[in-house]
Amino acid sequence: MKRHLLSTADLSRDDAVLILDTAEEIARLAARPIKKLPTLRGRTVVNLFFEDSTRTRTSFEVAAKRLSADVINFSAKGSSVSKGESLKDTALTLEAMGADAVVVRHSASGAAYRLATAGWSSSHVVNAGDGTHEHPTQALLDAFTMRRHLGGFEERRVTVVGDVLHSRVARSNVHLLATLGARVTLAAPPTLLPVGVESWPCDVSYDLDAAIPGSDAIMMLRVQRERMNGGFFPTQREYSRRYGLDAQRMAKLPDKAIVMHPGPMVRGMEISAAVADSDRSVIVEQVANGVSVRMAVLYLLLSGSESAIGSDEGQAQNQHQNTEPKGAAA
Amino acid sequence: MSTTYLIKNASVLGGDPQDLLLRDGIIADAGSLGPVPGTVVIDAGGLIALPGLVDLHTHLREPGREDAETVDTGTRAAALGGFTAVHAMANTDPVADTAGVVEQVWRLGREAGHCDVFPVGAVTVGLKGERLAELGAMADSAARVRVFSDDGKCVSDANLMRRALEYVKAFDGVVAQHAQEPRLTEGAQMNEGELSGLLGLAGWPAVAEEAIIARDILLAAHTKSRLHVCHVSTAGSVELIRWAKSKGHPVTAEVTPHHLILTEDLAKSYDPIYKVNPPLRSAADVQALREGLADGTIDAVATDHAPHPQEDKDCEWAAAAMGMLGLETALSVVQQTMVDSGLMGWADVADRMSVRPAAIGQVDDRHGRPLAIGEPANVVLVDPKAKRTVDRTALASLSQNTPYQGMELPGAVVATFLRGTATVLDGKLA
Repeated sequence: MKRHLLSTADLSRDDAVLILDTAEEIARLAARPIKKLPTLRGRTVVNLFFEDSTRTRTSFEVAAKRLSADVINFSAKGSSVSKGESLKDTALTLEAMGADAVVVRHSASGAAYRLATAGWSSSHVVNAGDGTHEHPTQALLDAFTMRRHLGGFEERRVTVVGDVLHSRVARSNVHLLATLGARVTLAAPPTLLPVGVESWPCDVSYDLDAAIPGSDAIMMLRVQRERMNGGFFPTQREYSRRYGLDAQRMAKLPDKAIVMHPGPMVRGMEISAAVADSDRSVIVEQVANGVSVRMAVLYLLLSGSESAIGSDEGQAQNQHQNTEPKGAAA
Repeated sequence: MSTTYLIKNASVLGGDPQDLLLRDGIIADAGSLGPVPGTVVIDAGGLIALPGLVDLHTHLREPGREDAETVDTGTRAAALGGFTAVHAMANTDPVADTAGVVEQVWRLGREAGHCDVFPVGAVTVGLKGERLAELGAMADSAARVRVFSDDGKCVSDANLMRRALEYVKAFDGVVAQHAQEPRLTEGAQMNEGELSGLLGLAGWPAVAEEAIIARDILLAAHTKSRLHVCHVSTAGSVELIRWAKSKGHPVTAEVTPHHLILTEDLAKSYDPIYKVNPPLRSAADVQALREGLADGTIDAVATDHAPHPQEDKDCEWAAAAMGMLGLETALSVVQQTMVDSGLMGWADVADRMSVRPAAIGQVDDRHGRPLAIGEPANVVLVDPKAKRTVDRTALASLSQNTPYQGMELPGAVVATFLRGTATVLDGKLA
């Protein structure tokens, strides 16, 4: 039994499909007048957010509450964390308080993995974004949205555009979509692509215009303003011109292609207002689907004595392999 | 009267068995010796005798971080690892950038008595990379500093590095560079490559090390002064140093034990016990480092023993301190990677872990000497057939941040002698 959702890289196809199917069932229930389910009554879910993220935290909060779980929001600001308390001590505290699941957002890559594997806590851990590593529930809700619109993943082509280097959303999407059988193209300036990206299970292009006509879905990543100061590209205007999605570019997409964005958007930077508000945009839908997908994840991890995603044994073995020093590196 | 030791049947540098008589601080006699009255006899059959090991790169943390290590505990660890001399790095608090601080460290080493402590002086005031520290005062002090390093920080300013290289010529010093181009490694967490991209950890590219080494080789050639390159970690760096030596430039280099055995794959665990500067690299780099050490391109194994208290490792990767322990495991790692693999013999181990580091540190009048009559009795006896499982709680170091926890390593230090006095006997502190 797998106890945690830490990344999409270690998510099997069966587990991914199970989460999406469960989310689909839950979404149908959400259409009823009374949205709340009794499934997680008496269980405690802690939202542990070391980074500000109103959207993701609220989405998890709504998801847990609709499953009747008790929800504690523990944000770094105004808590002992801002007074220098370590991740370990925070984990020990939450453990002592009896948290069943910890949803963690942290600026350090691997923080969720550490929380799950360092022996500080026996809670189920859900990674709500760790540094520039992964954001698995975002990728799952993206996949959920795509499946609804595109009918499946085989032979579907998804183009992810922008700051791949710093994007946990891009990493999670590449792994998950590859697992589900879609073909992913990353389109970005070379400065915003990580070293070694050629070994990822996707295509890479520096030319957005070449990728657009073949895209069934196009996902625009947010470009943070501080990247400009890092010298990753010359000006905002040049970035928008080369990698932004405006009405002109959108017109070259195939007829049924959808436009996605994980939010928050910078209108006028990576996406124009006209595109964001257009018929092709499923951005608001992504937000709504986020609740269903997060409900499915919490449900599968927490309901019953054994969670339904994957196998715990497999994860324990992986962990063991990872920490075993290499005796003969060559 | 100090004890006189008669070591019987030791395989000196891995050669034929012979006896060594340690008396009054020197090797008083050697060869096939009969009974000598009033001596403690050590049966060294099956053991290798090497000159006491010399570490060019040790962080003893005192003054300032006595919660991580002290001169006393660090030199206990050194003795247990077979070392009779360590060079104590300057990044203490206060920084060892004045005669006062280096003399303090030197004196603490003498008082502890487990091995000789040779303080390294900072190149620049406060390791800030702005202006030269009083290198001459440190050289003239009781500590007789000859190795200068801002280790932990790179002397990245080319002009300052040039002046440092020039200035130390006045007292035959050497500048030991921590080669890390700072702009290319801002926020860097691990080796830059396929894995860093997947793990979302900011990359520490090989070029950040190699660019500084290339520049410094040219500066050393231009100034005709001695450059020593700390903890070489990439295949490209080995190539650059090989080139420098082929041109006859005055350049030496060291490699750490951990870069000879561990690879970046360990970062997959996000366990910061494997976080170190320079970072663990690829298997190809490890292979190149082994070859470079075997063919002599890399002169020395130096531990970069870097103790850290538990809280600095028991956290998320990005928040953790960089560095790992090394003194008590160095010889075993070298045996496994270099000797048992057939790349080097024990005479080569003596050369890379004692003779050459002593020469680089300018202490070769006292250390790294041949095991011959009249020489200082700095000797280590090693059992190459022993196996041991590393237990971090059993180490002499105050800290426990060894990356080898639970790993079985070959070889064990049976005894260490510093000027004829046993610092370690039967594998325990004497």
